[in-house]
Parts: sequence; C-alpha cells; structure tokens
Amino acid sequence: MLRNYILRRLLQGLFLLMGVTFITFILIYVLPSDPARMIAGRSASAQAVEQIREQLGLNLPLWEQYLRYLWRLLHGDLGRSYIQRVDVSMLIDARLWPTMQLMFASIGFELVIGLTAGVLAALRPRSTLDQGVMFMTFIGVSSPQFVVGIVLLYVFSMKLGWFPMGGYGNWDNIILPALSLGFLGSGWYSRVMRSEMMDALRQDYIRTARAKGAGPIRVILIHALRNAILPVITMIGMDIGYFMSGVVVVESVFGWPGIGQLMWQAIQNVDAPVIMGVTLVAAAAIIIGSLLADILALFVDPRIRLR
Amino acid sequence: MNRLLMGLKRHKLLSLAAVAIVVVVSVAIFAPFVAPYSPDVQFPNGISDMGSPLPPNHTFPLGTDLLGRDLLSRMIYGARTSLIVGVVANFIAVFIGTSLGLVAGFSRGILGNAIMRFTDLMLAFPALILAIALAAILRPSLWIVILVIALVNWTWVCRVIYTQTTALIEREYIEAVRSLGASPMRIMVRHLIPHLVPTIIVWGTLGIATAVQLEATLSFLGVGVQPPTPSWGNIIFENQSYFSTAPWLVLAPGFAIIVLALSFNVIGDALREMVDPTRKGRT
Repeated sequence: MLRNYILRRLLQGLFLLMGVTFITFILIYVLPSDPARMIAGRSASAQAVEQIREQLGLNLPLWEQYLRYLWRLLHGDLGRSYIQRVDVSMLIDARLWPTMQLMFASIGFELVIGLTAGVLAALRPRSTLDQGVMFMTFIGVSSPQFVVGIVLLYVFSMKLGWFPMGGYGNWDNIILPALSLGFLGSGWYSRVMRSEMMDALRQDYIRTARAKGAGPIRVILIHALRNAILPVITMIGMDIGYFMSGVVVVESVFGWPGIGQLMWQAIQNVDAPVIMGVTLVAAAAIIIGSLLADILALFVDPRIRLR
Repeated sequence: MNRLLMGLKRHKLLSLAAVAIVVVVSVAIFAPFVAPYSPDVQFPNGISDMGSPLPPNHTFPLGTDLLGRDLLSRMIYGARTSLIVGVVANFIAVFIGTSLGLVAGFSRGILGNAIMRFTDLMLAFPALILAIALAAILRPSLWIVILVIALVNWTWVCRVIYTQTTALIEREYIEAVRSLGASPMRIMVRHLIPHLVPTIIVWGTLGIATAVQLEATLSFLGVGVQPPTPSWGNIIFENQSYFSTAPWLVLAPGFAIIVLALSFNVIGDALREMVDPTRKGRT
C-alpha cells in the first residue's frame, strides 16, 4: 500500500518533469523567431550564430529537436552560457550550496516567527495580540520581497550598522536576507498554526490532559502542539522547493551568490541558456519539494496512511 | 461586546483599504491634473550641486530622482501603470482560469483531464521565474508585462473554479435543465456561471494584489515596464544606487506598493469570508 503510493507519486513527479522540459523546450526553441540568435546573445557574430544553429540541429523537425534536447538534458547538458563561456550545469552547481544555506536559514526564521506568533494568537483569540498577528500576515502577503529587503538593509545595516550591507562568507551575512524571506513567509505559518492550534485545544484529549493535572505549558507544548504541527511539516516540504527554485529578488538585493543571483545576472545579459537552465532546475525543485512534502506527511501522520 | 469591537476594528481596516484604493484610482485617472509637474521633465534645480537627488522640500514635495525629475509626479503617473497592469493582467488571468476551469469541470473525460494536467504543469513553475523567462524572450513592454503576468497567474483560478464546477454539476437542478434539453453552452453560461460569480469576484480582488506585486518585482529586476514610463517598481530599479544617500526614492514607492497590495488583499479576504460563511471567525 504505502510503497505503491510512494511509487505512484514518484511516477507522477517524473511525468510532470517531462512536461516541464517540454515547456522549457518551447520557450527556447519554438517561441523566439530566431532561437540560435537568442541563445548566442545579442552581440554574437553571425558566424557564432551559424555554429549554434548547426550544433543544436535547429533545421531539423521539431520533434527531433525535442528528442535531442531531452538527450542532452539526460546527460546533464543544460547548454553553454555565451557570456561566461562555461557549461550552465557547472554555473548552477557552484550556486547550489549558498542557496541551500539561505533556504535553511529562511525556513528557520519562518518557523521561529510563524509558530511563535501562531501559538500566541491561538491562546488568546480576538485579543490585540491576535489581531496584531493577523495584520502582520496581511503585510507579509502584500509586501514585495525587494521592498522588505531594502528596508531591512536601510534600518539594520545603514542606520544601526548591526549587519553588513550584503555579501557572503561570514555568519552575519546571512541574517538579513534570511530574515527578509523568513518574515514574509512566516505569515502563512502563523495563520495555519493559529487555526490548527485552536482546533487542537478544543479536543477531548486536551481536556483529559488538563484533568489529569498537566500544567498549561505541558498541555500546550506537548499535547496540543504535537498535533497542530502536522500541516506545518507539509509546508516545510513546499518551502524547500520554493527556496531552492531560486529567490531571485532577495539574492540580488543582498548580493548572495546563489541560483537566484545567477538568474538575475543572466537577465541583465539576456543570457538565454542560463535563464532556461535555471527555470528548468526551479521547476524540478518545486516538483521534488511537493513530493517530499507528501512523503514526509505520510511518515509523520499515520492517519493519512489509512486513507 | 468583544465581537462588536472586533467587527468595528475590521470595519475600520476595510474602510481604510477602500479609501486607499479610491485615492489611488482617482489619482491615476486624473494624473495630469493632480501631478504638480510632468513626470519626464528634468529640472536643472532638481539636482544638488554635487549632482545628487534632492530630499523632500517646498518645490518638490517628495524630492527628486537621479535625473532631477519630481518624484511625486512620477509616482502619480506610476500609479497609472501599476493599476493598469494589475487590473488588466488579472482580468485576463481570471478570464483564462474561469473558462478553462469551467470547461474542464463540465466536460471531465479526456478534455477535462488534459486541461487539469496542464494546469498542474504550469503550477510546477515558480511564478516569478517563469515570468522572467517569458519576459526575457519576448522583449519587455507594457503589454508583454500584462500578458506575462496573466499567463503565470491564471492557474490558481482554474483550480478553484474546476473544483467548484465539479461539485455544482452533481446538483439536481443541473440534471433537470440537462433533461430539458439545454445545450452544454447554455448550461455553462446560464446555470453554472451565476453560481461561480462570488468566487470570481473574490479572486478578481485578491489577484490584483498579486499582479501589482509581480509587476513591481519584474520592473525592479529590469524586465518589467521599461523606463522612461514610470512604474512604482522601476522607480526603485532606477534609483537603487542612490539608496544610501536618498532613501526616500526607494521608501516612498515601496510604501505605495505595499499599501495598494494590502488594500486589495484586505478587501478580497473580507469578500471571501462573506462568500464562504463556514470560514467565518476561523483562519
């Protein structure tokens, strides 16, 4: 049962991934009026453009081009950047670790801010604190990442001088970019946490625990939180996909050398192979993330397995 | 008593949001009359002796930008761009999403399945990344930006409408009109769409907030609305390097974006609670 379910989800993910390659194929090879020119970039010589046309078989029928494209992808070949003259896969590879660091730190902030706010709001529904938390979640979903990033930079590094203006390498470089993402994402966590926690606190087993003389902290942290936290696990899985797909804005504001910054630099140079390579990796990350979310939920919550 | 107070507070936030939207819309419509200057004139007295932008003062209420243009006037004209993109892009997105979701939910079978699998596929792309990829190959302009935002935002509407349609067609009245010989087209237009209108209105409002933010983000990255046409996002993009000496150039348009998106979100959320009474008081 369980194995079948996981296998089926894996297969679904694989099909989705195939579909994704089809879309990126259309974006590079079908939509542009002259794909070779676009891949080579605006400043390339006629000779270079001709060479690309030859090399990628752009005069072949579309289905054959697509098969060749898939074949190249299977061999880890995402094309070559015509600005930096390196393989796109190598460029992305070098950026994976910084993006992963930022992901862990951001999810950490999301959990700390979101769960604390959500639990506190659930304990005192309709209080000023609860309404404050709800208002912050509205601000969170309404603020573009670049505005929050720039405001944090202004307050914490220019005015207060607590953190560096950006960059990478020291432990304090990661705080502001992770805080920007963590603050914006925490709204979802606090909303879900609040409603789950309110549900959990209404259950019979909470009354039983209280009747048995468990203190309020024990009731909240051990009995209620354990049950309320389940949907949060799924959200973390989704977030892993989202953050690994490249946070273009925050990475470019803070000069964080991750996948998002690579994308931003590629936009500035209209470096098509890099843009499409990142797009493909991003979609793959989202698919893997949601797969991870489903499988994680399966192991954490035995009730799902019964369905 | 507590409930009443909460309702009043809620009301206050709602009316504030409505006022904010009315103000931005009227400023955008009457931009030539409201703006103190033209958004494109570079004032010789709009730049300090050192060649940097001026802070807010009597002549220029919000200061000037890197080229000595009046920031307030640029923001007023920028409101036009933000609203046009937000409203039109979202209208197209809701139209695509509703049509596809309705057809998929109504016909099910192979066609319905194909549409929904395609929707799932599009959902696998992070919106911003897909929008950047599209904008990069299509050469950005106002209309391309609108199209790109519509193309990445219709998926959620499609999912919601699909779910509702599949629930609706199980109802008896649909079976009744079907047995009376109504054509599929007639059933969809006359008997299904009226029930979907509340959902469409909710998404039409919430989606504007998303579209406004996406436009600002694309413009901030340089693949959105292109200067000299002002947009709140590209004002920040243009003036980013003066941020340390002239923070108002970034803070004022940033604040405007947040207020506009926040207002649409607050109103959309209130509408959703009205439409879906089971969620009242929760989440």
